[in-house]
Amino acid sequence: MSRLAARFASLKAAQRSAFIPFITAGDPTSALTEALLRALPAHGADIIELGVPFSDPMADGPAIQSSSLRALSGGMNLSKTLALVSGFRRHDAQTPLVLMGYYNPIHAYGVARFVADAAAAGVDGLITVDLPPEEDAGLRSAALAHGIDVVRLATPTSDENRLRTITKDASGFLYYVSVAGVTGTKEVAEDAVKAAIARVRKASPLPVAVGFGIKTAEQAARIARLADAVVVGSAIVTRIGAAHDEGRKDEDLLAHTLQFCRELAAAVHGARG
Amino acid sequence: MTPLPNSLRAGPDASGHFGVYGGRYVAETLMPLVVDLEKAYRAARQDDAFAAELHGLLRNYVGRANPLYFAERLTAHLGGAKIYLKREDLNHTGAHKINNCLGQILLARRMGKRRIIAETGAGQHGVATATVAARFGLPCVVYMGEVDIERQKPNVFRMQLLGAEVRAVTSGSRTLKDAMNEAMRDWVANVEDTFYIIGSAAGPHPYPEMVRDFQCVIGNETRAQILEQEGRLPDLVVACVGGGSNSIGMFHPFLDDDTVAIHGIEAAGEGIDTVHHAATMARGVPGVLHGSLSYLLQDAGGQITEAHSISAGLDYPGVGPEHAYLRDVGRVQYHSITDHEALEAFMLLCRLEGIIPALEPAHAIAHVLKVAPKMKPSDIIVLALSGRGDKDVFSVAAALGETL
Repeated sequence: MSRLAARFASLKAAQRSAFIPFITAGDPTSALTEALLRALPAHGADIIELGVPFSDPMADGPAIQSSSLRALSGGMNLSKTLALVSGFRRHDAQTPLVLMGYYNPIHAYGVARFVADAAAAGVDGLITVDLPPEEDAGLRSAALAHGIDVVRLATPTSDENRLRTITKDASGFLYYVSVAGVTGTKEVAEDAVKAAIARVRKASPLPVAVGFGIKTAEQAARIARLADAVVVGSAIVTRIGAAHDEGRKDEDLLAHTLQFCRELAAAVHGARG
Repeated sequence: MTPLPNSLRAGPDASGHFGVYGGRYVAETLMPLVVDLEKAYRAARQDDAFAAELHGLLRNYVGRANPLYFAERLTAHLGGAKIYLKREDLNHTGAHKINNCLGQILLARRMGKRRIIAETGAGQHGVATATVAARFGLPCVVYMGEVDIERQKPNVFRMQLLGAEVRAVTSGSRTLKDAMNEAMRDWVANVEDTFYIIGSAAGPHPYPEMVRDFQCVIGNETRAQILEQEGRLPDLVVACVGGGSNSIGMFHPFLDDDTVAIHGIEAAGEGIDTVHHAATMARGVPGVLHGSLSYLLQDAGGQITEAHSISAGLDYPGVGPEHAYLRDVGRVQYHSITDHEALEAFMLLCRLEGIIPALEPAHAIAHVLKVAPKMKPSDIIVLALSGRGDKDVFSVAAALGETL
């Protein structure tokens, strides 16, 4: 069983939703990402989403755009991201880690070489924002051959027909983008998410994660009652960016970020209690 | 290499690919929308009323057909092939961009969209979009990089006069590619009511095909006009290539004419061996940006690098996917011209023909200065003069060290 399947199975047994924090590799430094990755599981992360920075993040709002720029200006790239994953795996064999990013860095790296290196590093899944089902066949078959899931996205614009296309050949879990828009801008609308998750569940037995508009512990708790996993990204990297801009020291920035993750995790884990 | 298809004019395939290029590399939120757009476009193309309305506007609002002008003094000066200029600079709004904007806004109306967005670099596409939005009474937001706003102030004011809201883009390199990122972010957040008028033959399928089709009026008219004036097809067709909309519109009707050579001219900026150029074909490698796979300027890690050209309209790190295909199959040869060479050609056309060209087609003229003298006096070159240079007088003055 893959790490992702094992994790979702144990969460289901415990009747808990998963907390998935998103951070960008190399934001603001590689050393800080290394420290965060190592500490996140102990602070409640059930799965980690690690962003691969890209120069032109078209699906992201200002928070993750700035986060990517901070990472790129520090020299982060896809191969260094994989090195961070390898480092993480030396200490943690259980927590699933999913890379989220755009297709061009993978294309430039070379799909075959990338999936081999990603598997060797211990990557469990890929979320590639600008690679819809119509274009993902090459990456998907290469990744699956190495035991890496290619996570598909469903959105408020996905009707029944579209959901069939999305869920066919989907693996790992489904990522429901809870707002029509870029990351971190609009607020999640709980009622709409509830109805959407019901439609997604009818189309696929895979676990459903929800992300894109969840900023607070309260929102995270409400979504955790509906979904199998709750992703928080922009709200976390906004705190990292602000602490960085204030010139806080690494240990202070780390403690500040982990404290917020602990609150989010507690909200998600306690939601169904 | 696999044998060429019977016609090079048949692309893209059903999934929107020209060979391996093109496609639909967009966020899932946009997928249903681009699929709808394709359906609406196919239906419009089958509809005689759509064609008639577009034709009427192109004639009475844009002023088409524009002339194919024999550049007699330029021809004599170079002492080689006869040179004809396709006068897109005489269109309403001063460039070829309006051809495409009219087509797309008619489509937006058919689809019941109530809001128009666009990206712009030099401001020509922004002005053309603001123009058609005013003509049809639709609100319009144009995204423009902060750097471009600074160097193209007259066009910013023109757009505002036409009632458009110009939003400054402060992310990334603050130029055309970032304006396009921001327009896509707006689109994804306003999918219900918004139509995105893309100005280049780029973006996700069906945009490269649709923009090409709307711009093919350039090549179709040129083909008929040269047959009428010379009784035969030209030996060489030349156009400048940024994103590649005027060039694909000029080239496409000639693709299956084996006797016609075709040259696309991109911007070499300060030289293709420097880091300051926009020569995507000469120095780029295939990659994915803004919805399609094509040649891109990027670093080894797949991060998009900044383009540079004296001409803001050629200052883009990508190129339309059909051009990438035509390059690979060898049907079109791509060459590059430096800022300096383009400026000299700009000056020469002003003095010899009384035509102030835009800096974009000045690159194509500079290429003709090199090749025409090597051709026979009986040979014929046609060149797409894609726009007029009024917008560029400040840039040219600055390059010549003068202040206006």
